[in-house]
Amino acid sequence: MLKDEDRIFQNLYNDSGADIESAKLRNDWNGTKGILEKGREWIINEVKSSELRGRGGAGFPTGLKWSFAPKEVGSRPHYLVINADESEPGTCKDRDILRFEPHKLIEGCLIASYAVNAHKCYIYIRGEYFNEGQKLQTAIDEAYKNNLIGKNALNSGWDLDIYIHYGAGAYICGEETALLESLEGKKGQPRLKPPFPALIGLYGCPTIINNVETVAAVPTILRRGAKWFSSLGRPKNTGTKIYCISGNVNNPCNVEEEMGIPLKELIETHAGGVVGGWDNLKAVIPGGSSMPMLPKEICDNMKMDFDACVENKTGLGTAGIVVINNDQDIIKCMARIARFYKHESCGQCTPCREGSGWMWRMLERMAAGEATPDEVDMLFDVTKQIEGHTICAFGEGSSWPVQGLIRHFKDEILERNKFDPVVKKNKNIPYLVDQHLLEKENA
Amino acid sequence: MSIKKIHKEQPETFKFNDKSMEAANKIVSNYPDGKQQSAVMALLYIAQRQNDNWIPLQAMKYIAKFLEMPYIKVYEVATFYSMYNLSPVGKYFFQICTTTPCMLRGAYDLVKVCKKKISEKENVLSEDGKISWMEVECLGACVNAPMMQVNEDYYEDLNDKKLEEIIETIYQNKIPKPGSYSGRINAEPVNNRKTLLGNKNA
Repeated sequence: MLKDEDRIFQNLYNDSGADIESAKLRNDWNGTKGILEKGREWIINEVKSSELRGRGGAGFPTGLKWSFAPKEVGSRPHYLVINADESEPGTCKDRDILRFEPHKLIEGCLIASYAVNAHKCYIYIRGEYFNEGQKLQTAIDEAYKNNLIGKNALNSGWDLDIYIHYGAGAYICGEETALLESLEGKKGQPRLKPPFPALIGLYGCPTIINNVETVAAVPTILRRGAKWFSSLGRPKNTGTKIYCISGNVNNPCNVEEEMGIPLKELIETHAGGVVGGWDNLKAVIPGGSSMPMLPKEICDNMKMDFDACVENKTGLGTAGIVVINNDQDIIKCMARIARFYKHESCGQCTPCREGSGWMWRMLERMAAGEATPDEVDMLFDVTKQIEGHTICAFGEGSSWPVQGLIRHFKDEILERNKFDPVVKKNKNIPYLVDQHLLEKENA
Repeated sequence: MSIKKIHKEQPETFKFNDKSMEAANKIVSNYPDGKQQSAVMALLYIAQRQNDNWIPLQAMKYIAKFLEMPYIKVYEVATFYSMYNLSPVGKYFFQICTTTPCMLRGAYDLVKVCKKKISEKENVLSEDGKISWMEVECLGACVNAPMMQVNEDYYEDLNDKKLEEIIETIYQNKIPKPGSYSGRINAEPVNNRKTLLGNKNA
């Protein structure tokens, strides 16, 4: 288990309050000016050598992303956008950072905006997190008052303004280009890439977009050094991560742990074990609903980091762990996730708009045992036709969980769905069967 | 499903009151000159709060003029996002999350209670016209499942009995306390906390 002093988010459970005095006791804003004085190059190189990967799901190296921003500000200003549109089922880590560690986020915004040459930072919070947004606003006001941000922040000569922008309940706005569209006051429909936002983003200007957890971790990394951060976990999968454990566990919780912690340890130690014991485990969704699920055999020895998840044909995503035990109907669970994706598809690309509805309807029939056996392969085919044929990663996100279900639980689906319209036992359905074939003399 | 059906009885006019106007001007100033369209989402929300939790067509036209943008663009935004109610809802608008992590912990029991105590169908007002309810997709508090949102507040770690109590409290004109209903603080593991114990005792 990770030592308490190595945890970045010391106030994850709000033991000491989120105001600036308590935050300063937790070492926030300690030596921030010194960090800025070391210069852009140093900050970006330090983040690069810490091997911090984006915590929003894709796991893109943060230092590399920052280095994509143009070195000199041209005719267009640069922007920093923080993605706090946390809507992935199973994930609720950013909410706790916004509520309880807002100063880590604001400090991270200052450092990141300095590193990418941005004077304006927008924090896009999902509309449902209204109270969390208010708490963040209080913290931003405190920071302005103490000259931590604003004109000539910390007397470093750097100006930074932070604004909150509320979303309005669209999952797709967590996709970075959809988020930019939404920030510009349009429908949240993703843009084609390239051009990437680092060159042409918000209002056509260079824009760097980071997740809340990524940015909030940066100040601590720079204070304690990249070496400390990269000593946790294993190469390319370094540092700590907030895991959200929900579903059929005894004590669902958020907990910050080292990358690469075994899944079993995480569930047994922190979440109080699976309801009904470890042997009652059916499957685990390791990284939020858009990642394929894993059956118990794999969960037994699985490690929770980016590369180990990929080896097991899934992904760490946002580390929202949803535990499903044997008391649940696994097909029904997946049908509900498919309904989520059907509801949230933005409707821009046909394969996703239509396919997500198909997948939902087929899974509902499979859960009820009304599908034919060959429809299972047809469903798999549908997922393959969505995946990779859409503008954004929503296509993958909606089809991977269904693929995961079919990959690991195909037998269970087939067991339940034996309906076959042309076999003899259904001869009482006259319009489905050529009746004369059922009579022996004609056979 | 969200309420995207345009209400039949629309008010004749809509105007921001002083409080809304102040909030709107402040938000428009957050964005660069000429990019005031960015404020459309916030302004729709302000209009919704001013107008008893729903947005009439006149409000969209008003906002379009306010931000100097085409009416259809405002209409597009209002119909795209699920938090904008285009028909009236109850003064207390219950949104029950039923996505898988909540479903695993009994969200459909909550739906049953709503059907029994509020109204048989979604988006139909209760008898006294105070409450309406709706099933929604993930609200991002999965660790505190099952949960629901009433207007702006989250009610977490619920079960059918606790939800019944909450509904009864509202019928008696009191506002129940938001937060977790299992006695735990925020998202810590109940009775099983193994981390940051030094802070807890401090």
